[in-house]
Amino acid sequence: MPKKPQIPGKGMFIGLGVTFKEMVNTLKPDSKGGGPVTVQYPHEKEEPAPRSRGVITLFEENCTSCMLCARECPDWCIYIEAHKYLAPPRREGGKPRQKNALDRFSIDFSLCMYCGICVEVCPFDALFWSPEYEYSEFDIKNLLHEKERLGEWFETVPDFEPYEAGSEQKVKKVPG
Amino acid sequence: MSVSPFGVLGSAPVLAGLDPPYWAATLIKVGVVAVLVPTTALILGIVFLFKVMSWMQSRLGPQEAGPKGLLQLLADGAKFIQKQDIIPDAADRFVFKVAPMVVLISTFLLYVIIPAGPSVVVESLDTGVFFALAMSSVSVIGILMAGWGSANKFALMSGIRAAGQLIAYELPMVLAVVGVVIQAGTMNLNGIIAAQADFKLFGVVPFPLFLLTQFPMFLVFLAAAQAELTQPPFDMPVAESELVGGYQVEYSGFRFLFFFMGEFATAFAFAALASVLFLGGWSLPFVASNSDLYTSTAFWLIGPAVLFTKIMLVSFLIFWFRFTYPRFREDQLQKVCWKYLIPTCLVWVSFTAIAKVVW
Repeated sequence: MPKKPQIPGKGMFIGLGVTFKEMVNTLKPDSKGGGPVTVQYPHEKEEPAPRSRGVITLFEENCTSCMLCARECPDWCIYIEAHKYLAPPRREGGKPRQKNALDRFSIDFSLCMYCGICVEVCPFDALFWSPEYEYSEFDIKNLLHEKERLGEWFETVPDFEPYEAGSEQKVKKVPG
Repeated sequence: MSVSPFGVLGSAPVLAGLDPPYWAATLIKVGVVAVLVPTTALILGIVFLFKVMSWMQSRLGPQEAGPKGLLQLLADGAKFIQKQDIIPDAADRFVFKVAPMVVLISTFLLYVIIPAGPSVVVESLDTGVFFALAMSSVSVIGILMAGWGSANKFALMSGIRAAGQLIAYELPMVLAVVGVVIQAGTMNLNGIIAAQADFKLFGVVPFPLFLLTQFPMFLVFLAAAQAELTQPPFDMPVAESELVGGYQVEYSGFRFLFFFMGEFATAFAFAALASVLFLGGWSLPFVASNSDLYTSTAFWLIGPAVLFTKIMLVSFLIFWFRFTYPRFREDQLQKVCWKYLIPTCLVWVSFTAIAKVVW
């Protein structure tokens, strides 16, 4: 099909129209569907996606100091110190149980590269992702979060969301 | 065409009572221009570079410094002044240091002849337009000096590109002005404004601007001004993605600020020239040049306000094009000038000349 003859320079006017329309749209108030696409960050915040990787949190009760996370960490930014103690036996006349008590659990977020391997590898569900991201510091040494601080983040961990509809068929495809 | 009703600043009512000696009048004029150049550069920078550009890209621009971020450019200026003045070891020190001043001086000299009212003009020259075009070309020397003096191959390439571009685009700019000059019959800018205020198309239709008869020239003038400012889409000399800023690459601190100020103040001056040549400058539409309004004291304020409004309109066009179009390639850039703009001008100049003789 032969091309329709175009008005020479038509595209230039279309370009001007695009920028002008965008300007008018940006200046329109929010109520009329205008406004900029940007968010004025310190004053207003974007809602991060619930699964976004903001900060790693620790649920201390579940931690058994097994050291798997510390060993898998590619950056070696997890520090764990623990001691063993004897807990009273569960049944009358039983042997006292040996348990681990967590003394220190800290993640150095100045080294962490947010790969999430520690969260994946934790067999006891003690580590979680939280979407919080506002923990920058003036001094790099303050990025070393001790277990108290890591525990505070736990409140911000979103509830587990059920898989979306239709995803179960995909799960079934996996053998086993 | 008489230019008698229009005086110069020295004989203006405000200064007439004082009757200052020549040196004092000169000092006042220098002061006025020295204040105007950075102020206008600031206004254009804030309004267009920071705000309008942001809006066209669906963002708000600076928000924190001052109300709505309007003082951001002042803060930036203060920052530039604090920075270290670095001169490369291999640089030609004198040439390197002087280059930004040469660019800025060409801007200063442009401001001298722009009339903001019947008598609000620093120097009302009979060769006004000629002087303006001559002075605007001085900046080429400054840019070449910066390119050469930086001892940097990118800067040198940029300087040579700039020379090629600015000299090429002088031609359409001069030719665009020639049409206006032929129609007005004078090169004095106030004379051109007076001619526009009295202009009637075919002697009957009252359309007091040259925009109607010289519309193609207006577009050519804007394009050429854009090229003279080395602004996109004609920013081959400063192309930051290939020449990392071109001739400005080695400059820091207040010398860079000079280039920045020169660019925006020149944009203002070209917008002022365009509004004087094509939009009737300080004159109000449908008010003839012999009107009492123009000689009244109130017009000392109205005139500059009218001119300023027109300048902002023209600047909006200039910056709108700047923010819309992508950069030309070097060969396309020259092609646009030599194959399209200059022939258009030549045709329109001859058309204007014939029309001038016939009517």
